[in-house]
Amino acid sequence: MQCNRFKECASLLVVVLLICSSTKAEQSTTNATAGNEHGAPPSGYQIVTFKWHHVMDPYIIALWVLVASIAKMLFHMSSKLTTVIPESALLIFIGLLLGGVVWGADHTASYSMTPRLFFFYLLPLIVLDAGYFMPNRQFFGNFGAILVYAVIATVWNAASVGLSLYGVYLTGVMGELKVDGMLDFLLFGSLLSAVDPVAVIAVFEEVHVDEVLYIIVFGESLLNDGVTVVLYNVFDSFIAIGGVNVTGVDCVKGVVSFFVVALGGTLIGIVFAFLLSYISRFTKRVQIIEPGFVFVISYLSYLTAEMLSLSSILAITFTGVCCQKYVQANLCKESATTVRYMMKMLANGSETIIFMMLGISAVDGGIWVWNTAFILLTLLFIAVYRVVGVVVLTWFLNRYRVVPLGFIDQVVMSYGGLRGAVAYGLVASLDEARVQERKLFFTTTIIVIYFTVVLQGCTTKSLVTWLKVKRSEHREPSISEKLNGRAFDHILSAIEDISGQIGHHYIWDKWESFDRKYLCKLLMRKSALKSSDQILDVFHDLNIKDAITYIAEGERKGSLAFIQTPNTDQLVNVNFHSSKQSEVDASMSVLKEGASAVCLDMQAVELRWKNLRESEDVYTHHLLQQYLYKPKKQLKYKYGRHDITSTEDDAQEKEIFEKTMKRRLASFKSTKYGVSQSKKVAKHFKKDPSQKKRSDEMLSNGGQLVFHDPAFSDPEHPHEYEVISNGGSNFIPNVTRQALADTYNGIDNPAFMLNEEPVARQALPPWATNNDTVVLSQRARVQMPWSPNNVRRLMPLRLSGRSTDSFLLADVPVPEEHPLSFLPERTAL
Amino acid sequence: MGAFHSRPDENDIRHLAEKTGFSVEQVEILHRRFKQLSRDEDTLQREHLYGIPDLERNPIRTQIVAAFFDKRNFDKDSPQGTVQEIGFEQFLTVMSHFRPLKLRMTEEQREQLRLEKLQFLFNMYDLDNDGKISLEEYRHVVYELLSQNPQIGNESAAIADAAMLEAARICMGQMEPDQVYEGITFQDFLKMWTGIDIETKMHVRFLKMDNTTLCK
Repeated sequence: MQCNRFKECASLLVVVLLICSSTKAEQSTTNATAGNEHGAPPSGYQIVTFKWHHVMDPYIIALWVLVASIAKMLFHMSSKLTTVIPESALLIFIGLLLGGVVWGADHTASYSMTPRLFFFYLLPLIVLDAGYFMPNRQFFGNFGAILVYAVIATVWNAASVGLSLYGVYLTGVMGELKVDGMLDFLLFGSLLSAVDPVAVIAVFEEVHVDEVLYIIVFGESLLNDGVTVVLYNVFDSFIAIGGVNVTGVDCVKGVVSFFVVALGGTLIGIVFAFLLSYISRFTKRVQIIEPGFVFVISYLSYLTAEMLSLSSILAITFTGVCCQKYVQANLCKESATTVRYMMKMLANGSETIIFMMLGISAVDGGIWVWNTAFILLTLLFIAVYRVVGVVVLTWFLNRYRVVPLGFIDQVVMSYGGLRGAVAYGLVASLDEARVQERKLFFTTTIIVIYFTVVLQGCTTKSLVTWLKVKRSEHREPSISEKLNGRAFDHILSAIEDISGQIGHHYIWDKWESFDRKYLCKLLMRKSALKSSDQILDVFHDLNIKDAITYIAEGERKGSLAFIQTPNTDQLVNVNFHSSKQSEVDASMSVLKEGASAVCLDMQAVELRWKNLRESEDVYTHHLLQQYLYKPKKQLKYKYGRHDITSTEDDAQEKEIFEKTMKRRLASFKSTKYGVSQSKKVAKHFKKDPSQKKRSDEMLSNGGQLVFHDPAFSDPEHPHEYEVISNGGSNFIPNVTRQALADTYNGIDNPAFMLNEEPVARQALPPWATNNDTVVLSQRARVQMPWSPNNVRRLMPLRLSGRSTDSFLLADVPVPEEHPLSFLPERTAL
Repeated sequence: MGAFHSRPDENDIRHLAEKTGFSVEQVEILHRRFKQLSRDEDTLQREHLYGIPDLERNPIRTQIVAAFFDKRNFDKDSPQGTVQEIGFEQFLTVMSHFRPLKLRMTEEQREQLRLEKLQFLFNMYDLDNDGKISLEEYRHVVYELLSQNPQIGNESAAIADAAMLEAARICMGQMEPDQVYEGITFQDFLKMWTGIDIETKMHVRFLKMDNTTLCK
C-alpha cells in the first residue's frame, strides 16, 4: 500500500514537471514568434489569437503557486516523509529539481525572487500570521528574555560573524576579495544574523515542547526579523556613505536610528492595532468584508512604517499581537474563522513560495562564486557564535529569571539557529554596485540556508526526543484547569501585594484591570464584552460537547432510554434496544399507561380520551408545522455579493440541531438544579399506591385506551419522540395541569421542568442555596460517567425524611426483568 | 510568636532564612514589609492585611488572607484551626510557599516542593479542614472567584459543578450508579494537577531590592 502511494506520488510529480517544462519551452518559443508578429501588421481579423505575453506574468505566478501547493500535497501523502525531513527542506529540494528541469530545457536563468516581491508581499503575511497567533500572555510574560535574545543576540551574531570574517580576511586565507573593508563583512554578518526556526517551531508543535521554551524561541524568531532588517539598513547606509567617510557622529546616529526605527515601528503597530480593533467594533453590518479589515489595516501598518522608514516588520508584528484579543472578540464567529484560515493560508503559501524560490534560484550558473574558506568559515562562525550567544545570554538571564532556562533548553535553542527566508530576502536585495562581492555573499547565504535548514532541520526532532526536552502535555481544555489558573493569578498577585513586591503579577494585574476598565469598553462591542470571559467559553464548549456525546450515546442505546419515570413502584422501563418493533410498542405502552393512570370511571376516561385526542391534534399540528420542512429540490439558491444567506436547507439543519441541543442542555440544567423536579416527584409519590395498582390492572385488562399515532411509532427518528412529548407539555392550554401531570407522569423528562423552575433561586448566592438535591434518573444506568446527572454524586443527598427514601429507592437500579414484566400487554394490542 | 522585637538580630535572621529558604536579604526586606503592614507591632492581624489597597480588588482576598492565619499553613505540630494574629515567623513560612525553585534541585526536592505548594492550594479550598473539598466549598470559592464578572456570577454554581464532575471523572473513572462522590481529597487533588508543573508556576519573585516604599 505504501509502495503504491509512492508510485502515485511519483507519477503525479512527473506530470507536474512535464507541465512546467512545457510551459517554459512554450514561453521561449512564443517569445520568438511574438517578436516576429510585432514586426508585421496582422493580416486581417483573427478570430482567436494566442496572447501568451499578455498573461505571462500572472500566469507563471499562478503556476508556481499551483506547483508548490501540489508538491506540498504530495509530501503530506506520506505522513512519514514530513516527520523525518522538514517541509522547508523538501520544498527547497523540489525547487532545485524544478530549477534543474528548467535549466536543462533552455539554459536560461530561471526566476529569482525580487526583493520587492519578498518584502512587500511575502514577508508581511508570514509575520502577520505569527503576530496574530502569538499567545499573548506568555509572550509578554517572557518579554524580557525574548527581547534580550531578539536584540542582543542578533546584534551579537551580526557583529561577531562580521568581525571574525573580517579578521580572517585580513590574514589572507580567503584570497583577494573586492571589499571596501570591515563594513561589507558587517553587512554580511547582519543579513545572516536573523535566526528563523521554522523547522524548529514545527518540531516543537509536533512534540508539544514546554511552553516557556516554545514561546522564547517563537518570540525571538518574530522580533529578530525586525531587528535584523533594521541592522541591515544601518550598515547598508554606512556603505552608501562610504567606509572611509563614516565618522563617529555617524556611528552614534546609527545606534540612535536603530532604536528609533525599532521603537517607532512598534509604536506604529500599536496605533494601527488600536485603529483596527476600534473599527472592528462597528463592522457588524458588513459581515462579509469584516475579515478584509484585518488584513488591509495590518498591511497598511506595514506600508506606513515602510514609508516612514521605520521597522515595518515590527509594526505589523505588533499590530497582530495587540489587536488579536479585541478583533477576535468583535468579529462574528464565521469571520473570525475566516481570518484565521486566511491568515494561515497566506502565510503558509508565502513560506512555500519562498522556500521553493530558494531552490529554484540556486540553479543558475551565473550567481555562483565559490570561495571555500569564506563559505566554510561562515558556517563555522555561525554555529559557534550562536552557541556562545545563547549560553552567555542565558547565564545572564538566569540570574534574574524565576524559572531558569536549563541546559537542555540552551542546547535546543543553540541548535535551532537556522537561517531562513529573511537572510535570503536581504541578500537578494544587495546592490551589486555598492557591494561588489554580492555574488559571493549570495552563494554563501544560500549554502548557509541549505546547510542549516536541511541538516539541522532534519536532526532537530531526534535531538529533541533524545535530550528528553520537557514536554507540555497536550490536554483537553478543562474547566477546573481554567478555574485554577484564574485562582492562581489572583493568589499570586495578592501575595505580591502583601509582600510588597512590584513584580510580574502585580503589573499584569494592573494591566488587566486597566484593560477591563477602559480598553475593552472602548474597543469591544457590547455583546462581545459580555461573552468575553474565557471560563464561560470553555464551559459552554464543554457543555455542548457533553450534550453531543450524550445524544450520541443515547441514540446508540435507543433514545427512549432517556425517559424516566419517577414513581418507584411503577417503573416503566422498557428495553428499547431489542428491535424496532418493540420500540414502537414500548413507546405506546408508556402513553397508554399515562392515559389510564388515575381514573377508573369510564365516562371520565372517555372525556380524558377526548382531551387527549385534542391535545394530540394540537401538538401533531404543531409538530407538522415545525418539522414539515421543504424538500431540498424546491429551494431557491440566492446569489448576493453582500451577504452569504445561509440557504434554507442549512438553516433547517441548524435549527433542528439547535433545538435538539437546547432541549438537551435544558434537561442538563434542570437535572442539575432539580428544584421543582423534587416537588413534582414528591407529588407523584404521594399518590395513592392503590390507585396505581388499579391502573395497572386496568392496563392489563383492556387495550381500548390505547391510541395510536404514527408519529410516535416512527422508528427512524427515535429522538424526535422526546421533542414531541416535550412540545406537547408546553402548548396544550385546554388540558388542565392535573391532567397534564397525570397524562405525562409516565414520561418524566427533566426538560419539562425548565419553564417552571423558580427564579427565586437566583436571589441567593448560588452556592448558598440548598439546591443540591438532584433528581436521580434511570438514565444513571445507561449514561456515561460524565453525563450531567452525575452531579448528584458530588455529595451526600440532603433531602429530608420521606423524600430521601424515595430518592434512594429511585436510585436503585432497576433490574432488567422487572420493567420487562410490564411489556406483555403490548401483545394484547 | 513575636520572636522579633523592633530590630531582629543577625542570628535570628540567619536562622529564619535557613528554615524558610529565603536569603538573608529577602528576610530583611520581608521583615520591613511586615513591620509596615502591622504598623510596627510584633504581630499581624487580619485587618492589617485587609487594609492593603491593592488587595481590595482581589475577588478571593478572603481566602488568601485566611490562608495566612490558617494553622495548617505554618504550624506543623498542630495543623488545626485558625489564629487571630501571626508573628513574623509565621508570615515568612506562609510566604515561603511561593518561593521560586532553584536551578539545582534534586527530583525529590522538586517533588517535595510541589507537594507543599499543592497542599497550600488545597487548604485554601478546603474551608472546614476535613480533608475534602466538598461541592459546597468549591462552589463558594468559584463564586467569589468569578464575582468580578457580573455576567457569569449566576452561572458560577454550574461552573463549579462542572469542574467538580471533571474531578470526579479524573479521580474515580467509571462510577457505579449508586456511588457518590463526596469531595476532592488531597490525593484526588494531586491527580488533577498531574502534568501541570505547578512548581514552576506558583512562585513570586522576591526581589533582593527593597521597594516597600513604593507600594502601600
